[in-house]
Amino acid sequence: MSTDAMPWPRSQPGARSFPEKLHEWVTTVDHKRLGIMYIVYGLVFLLVGGIEATILRIQLMYPQNDFVSPQVFNRLFTMHGTTMIFFMAMPLVFGFANYLIPLMIGARDMAFPRLNAFSFWLTAFGGIFLYFSFLGANGLYGAGNAPDVGWFAYAPLTSRTFSPGHSTDYWTLALLVSGFGSIGTAINILATVVCMRCPGMTLAKMPLFVWLCFVMGGLVILAVSPLSAAQIMLLIDRYLGGHFFDTQAGGSAVVWMHFFWVFGHPEVYVLVLPAFASASEIIPVFSRKPIFGYPIMVAATVAIAFISLSVWAHHMFTVGMNSNGNIFFVVSTMAIAVPTGIKIFNWLATMWGGKIDFETPMLFCTAFLFQFLFAGLTGIMLGSAPFDWQLGNSYFVVAHFHYVIVGAIVFCLFAAFYYWFPKMSGMMYNEALGKLHFVLFFIGFHLTFDVMHIPGLLGMPRRIYTYEPGRGWDTLNLIVTIGAFFQGLGILVFVFNLLWSYFFGEAAGSDPWDAWTLEWSTASPPPAYNFAVIPAVRSRRPLWDLKHPEDPDWRYE
Amino acid sequence: MSPTNIFAPASTSAKWIFDLSLFVLSVTAVIFVVVFALLVYAVVKFRRRWGDDGREPPQVYGSNQVELAWTVIPVLIVVTLFLATARVVTAVQNAARPAGAIELIAIGHQYWWEYRFPGLNVVTANELHLPVSDPARPSPTFITLLSADTDHSFWVPRLAGKTDLIPNRVNKMWIDPTEPGLYLGQCAQYCGTQHAKMLLRVYVDSREAFDRWIKEQSQPARTGGNVSVGQKIFESTSCINCHTVQGTVANGRFGPDLTHLMSRETLAAGAAPNTPENLRLWIQNPDALKPGSRMPPMGLGDRELDAVTAYLLTLR
Repeated sequence: MSTDAMPWPRSQPGARSFPEKLHEWVTTVDHKRLGIMYIVYGLVFLLVGGIEATILRIQLMYPQNDFVSPQVFNRLFTMHGTTMIFFMAMPLVFGFANYLIPLMIGARDMAFPRLNAFSFWLTAFGGIFLYFSFLGANGLYGAGNAPDVGWFAYAPLTSRTFSPGHSTDYWTLALLVSGFGSIGTAINILATVVCMRCPGMTLAKMPLFVWLCFVMGGLVILAVSPLSAAQIMLLIDRYLGGHFFDTQAGGSAVVWMHFFWVFGHPEVYVLVLPAFASASEIIPVFSRKPIFGYPIMVAATVAIAFISLSVWAHHMFTVGMNSNGNIFFVVSTMAIAVPTGIKIFNWLATMWGGKIDFETPMLFCTAFLFQFLFAGLTGIMLGSAPFDWQLGNSYFVVAHFHYVIVGAIVFCLFAAFYYWFPKMSGMMYNEALGKLHFVLFFIGFHLTFDVMHIPGLLGMPRRIYTYEPGRGWDTLNLIVTIGAFFQGLGILVFVFNLLWSYFFGEAAGSDPWDAWTLEWSTASPPPAYNFAVIPAVRSRRPLWDLKHPEDPDWRYE
Repeated sequence: MSPTNIFAPASTSAKWIFDLSLFVLSVTAVIFVVVFALLVYAVVKFRRRWGDDGREPPQVYGSNQVELAWTVIPVLIVVTLFLATARVVTAVQNAARPAGAIELIAIGHQYWWEYRFPGLNVVTANELHLPVSDPARPSPTFITLLSADTDHSFWVPRLAGKTDLIPNRVNKMWIDPTEPGLYLGQCAQYCGTQHAKMLLRVYVDSREAFDRWIKEQSQPARTGGNVSVGQKIFESTSCINCHTVQGTVANGRFGPDLTHLMSRETLAAGAAPNTPENLRLWIQNPDALKPGSRMPPMGLGDRELDAVTAYLLTLR
């Protein structure tokens, strides 16, 4: 059969066939498309990790419940944690950073477009590889065997003695591969922010979103590198006869903990800084005021980044460090509360005296402020080492970090979705559905994570597949599970809203929020080249200057 | 009330931690109430009202005085909290060891606890007895924590904060119980499939009861009655590779010491009550009580099972 006899079905220009579109997306190096792919990828894993969490919660509804076996439960909490950190939160924050940074600094793309695509595909491959373990880890002859070592995979459970088969290898390689992707994206963000700003945009005139993502990029390089090193050491232990973490041959389990948490704690800030970044754009626009104390906000961000590199061993207060070691990590941990507190106060002061519109993005940001305040205060309790000797590794910790990751990061990400959805799709989302999503998710979040603190105070450790009756944990766990269903419902409304609005929504126009940063000056969705003419700016709010020529910002900066 | 409530301390160090936690809780609660109130006020007061003229509010860019205030005040709070914390850290970790202290070695195994009193010639498993400490003449227990395999953590909330048991590492902790009673807890560091059923039971006895318990536990096995068939099966199968019965050929160390098995109220690290039926089921098929347990099913026939169970029931 010759190709002449069967011509490729070419339709009229503009309406391309599905394989053509697919080919365009797969081979794209456009930061906007890569950003959207990161976001869609993160959303898919949000659903996957959410389903895993729901199964865990059903198992814990009642004491001595028998919904899943202990083996399956242990695999699911490992996969849930790994997925949510590395394949939900990281891709989502990278997605927004990728999409928005060039638009906000008036550039036409990231500094290294092909590195950008390469990094995305590494991350994508990592996630798929991790999930392939369900089929491949035990070989196709056995039952599926996903990793069951917990998301921080403490040695020596990961050694071949305690983890035969390949499940730990899938975990290690997935994180190694996606880690290289993260480092690539981080380098790209740093290079873009340093080199690609439009005329007039000095560092002190960058939108806060860009500043925070810039600091996040630096943190990624410093945090993910030791994690990658540790993964390589673990592989050497498992296959080349190394003894880094092999306690049976003189290795040290504690060294793994240091490696992991020297990554693990800055990682929290890698995720939360982009969340702060979104809040720092959304709160001013919906309060109709500029961000309060811009230079202090930048300084606080940099301070958080520096201090966050010196707090890791507060995850290790119970491993038997001496009192001097513990006291050092108490003081560094508590010190981080100061710049974080400054941020909360500055957001509050931004709202103060404004005219606040409570559209969906602002609803999520407002809830974020309350929740982050609470999460910060439980963090102080955990930072007080003796209190941590009681609270550490209990459900109190689980509640605390879900308060940070869901209550702060995911709430801000939802705010970012609703805020920038019109820009990315060109369509306005449905406001009523957005508010319904907020209400459901807000109720679910508080049912689940407020209540979850209490079993921790009553002595319930994390990572147990079942528990004894009569310890005062039963009713609390039931409420926690009910909350999970509300959250699931909220997510379904959210996904439906995105899809429905994308196909049937109303056109949003280029600037639906009457906002002030450069991405709102171009069309929605922006053309491939972003700006027909590279803009020049004179202040932090270039669009304010345009809209208010009688009272421009540059007079005051 | 929950038997594992961290706010019901029954020992000296747990009480210190409790007092510190009340202080930290009250400071954070005050911060929460103040900032919460400010946020609520801002949300309510500065929301856009009906019939707003649509004009932009005054554009305020910042204020150095205000920034200074909300930097300095948190710094002062942090310093206070830090000093209070450091005091308790030092007091607990650097506590002097009184003359009457009892020495104990606790070893974590995949899913059970081994206890050794080196000076008292006692080895036991899963159910720990300690003497109540008299404030006039304190007899705290100083524990050396070891692990035979993976990481574990010793956490009896009413008696002490948790400390990890890490292979190839020696950790220390101490307990100074002030009230007699049974204290529950469980392993608090994920250690494998049955992490959930690695439960802790600590009996704090009066001094006399504790001395009696030590005396009983230090005796070799006394077998009475007609159980030689069961003993013979036990000693001729692989049971003895893992279990010790003092005074017999059984001297394995991989599993719990069974010399005084029937002095314990539970089986399998607290997974089930120690009844004859449960004991038989446990020997027949450990996974029935604790799936993933390291003990293999022994593949014994019904009569052999009955005989071995009868033998073990005599180990008091």
